[in-house]
Amino acid sequence: MRLTDLSSKTSRWFDPAAPLSDIVISSRIRLARNLAGHRFTCRCDDEEKKNILQTLRETILSLSQPGDISFIDIAVGSNLERDFLIERQLISRNLAASKGPRGVVIAENELFAAQINEEDHLRLSVLAAGLNADKCWQRINSIDDEISEKIEYAFSPRYGFLTACPTNVGTGIRVSVMLHLPALKLTDQLKKLFDSAKDMNLTVRGLFGEGTEAVGDFFQLSNQVTLGVREEKIVEDFQALIIPKIVEYERIARDRLLVKDANILDDKIARAFAVLKNARLISSHEAMFLLSNLRMGINMGRIKEIPIETINELFMLTQPAHLQINKGQLLNAEQRDILRAETIRAKLN
Amino acid sequence: MQCEICKARTATVHLTEIIDGQRTESHLCQNCAQKEGVTIKNQLSLNELLSSLIAAHQQTDENSGSEKSRKACPECGITMEQFRKQALLGCPKDYDVFESDLREIIEKTQDNNSTHKGKVPVQTHISPTSKHEEQSKMEDLKKQLSEAVEKEDYELAAKIRDQLKKTQ
Repeated sequence: MRLTDLSSKTSRWFDPAAPLSDIVISSRIRLARNLAGHRFTCRCDDEEKKNILQTLRETILSLSQPGDISFIDIAVGSNLERDFLIERQLISRNLAASKGPRGVVIAENELFAAQINEEDHLRLSVLAAGLNADKCWQRINSIDDEISEKIEYAFSPRYGFLTACPTNVGTGIRVSVMLHLPALKLTDQLKKLFDSAKDMNLTVRGLFGEGTEAVGDFFQLSNQVTLGVREEKIVEDFQALIIPKIVEYERIARDRLLVKDANILDDKIARAFAVLKNARLISSHEAMFLLSNLRMGINMGRIKEIPIETINELFMLTQPAHLQINKGQLLNAEQRDILRAETIRAKLN
Repeated sequence: MQCEICKARTATVHLTEIIDGQRTESHLCQNCAQKEGVTIKNQLSLNELLSSLIAAHQQTDENSGSEKSRKACPECGITMEQFRKQALLGCPKDYDVFESDLREIIEKTQDNNSTHKGKVPVQTHISPTSKHEEQSKMEDLKKQLSEAVEKEDYELAAKIRDQLKKTQ
């Protein structure tokens, strides 16, 4: 697979037809697995990593996947290619930065990814647009079953699937839901939300930003506890309880803004729109921030001339590695800011 | 590691901040961190959480002599000391080798849970492991089975029974 085949398209995880997709961008489930009879990745020499890579690569490429399936060797790729895969959420920063034989198998139009020789030998992940954690679970569970028919996982009846870090042991499951919460942010209610998330043993992370900083009011919510709770229960909590509740809060906050502070809201949205339509230089941080406001404006019916798909697409296309891969050359920060502004203007005018 | 402020208690709050591109680290104990107004962020990553727990655990361990923390896993060679530094285990066997040390850490990070509930691999088939390993695996399973029955966790017991059947 050539990365340029992907680079001009939006990831499938931005789909405006998916359930609650105005607020819930995507749902993702990942499973951490290790092969029995091998040391964990951090203690493997290159020879052992090579063997693990070969075994898992063969096993996963032979799965009954619908459609195209590709393997990307991360050890031989360039930094730009690795960044590109990170931006599309196909590999982790950790896999990009580590050393030795490693790779990723991508299938189902980028909705399925299997990272090999990450912190664990195998990190399976299945993604779906909108609130679809149950769908992700069904899919990943069957893939996982199919793999475990062919190879032996490190497993103990007491601790379940054995992982390099004990924070993943047991089910090895991490359910993550990506949310766009601009109204809760504007009305200063995020802290309350984060506090209750913490009480429920959930982790909240900012998205698109470096580390924990949230750029553009995107947040990722995931479970912390992986041991002693059944996968179905964890998934169901997200699907039927936690996320619908947060969506409800965000909707209430949006309605209140419309009633109480419509002028402030419209000002924010109109300013974002004006800058995006006219800027000649724009950083990815600023673009993300303004696109987030514009996205809120469209989803709240304040801006009608731009389809939501365009905004979703811009979130992807304006990221640094996407700009460079689409341009076909390496660009410095200023060149990227120019090209980013051009790309946005072309789509919005 | 000592707290940078009071220089008495063990540092369990570790902060890494990037300010103007400069990476700065600070290590504080719980008390000083609170005094300094360093709230434990909600976004505290799992690894950070784990490291702080491990550090707290280490403190109690140091008092009881460090003989134990030098014990190495025969399979991967890792010691508890190394695990505490990197928060990663070396191989699946470590869960047995360091059982007593790990149990507390696992329970703390896993909301006091200590036993797996959930799916089991479709086929935990016997790969070319030695007879000895098979034997010990069987014994291990039998022990876990009686523990599960004792705790009246019949769901787990049934799983272990199935596991045993497959192993036999």
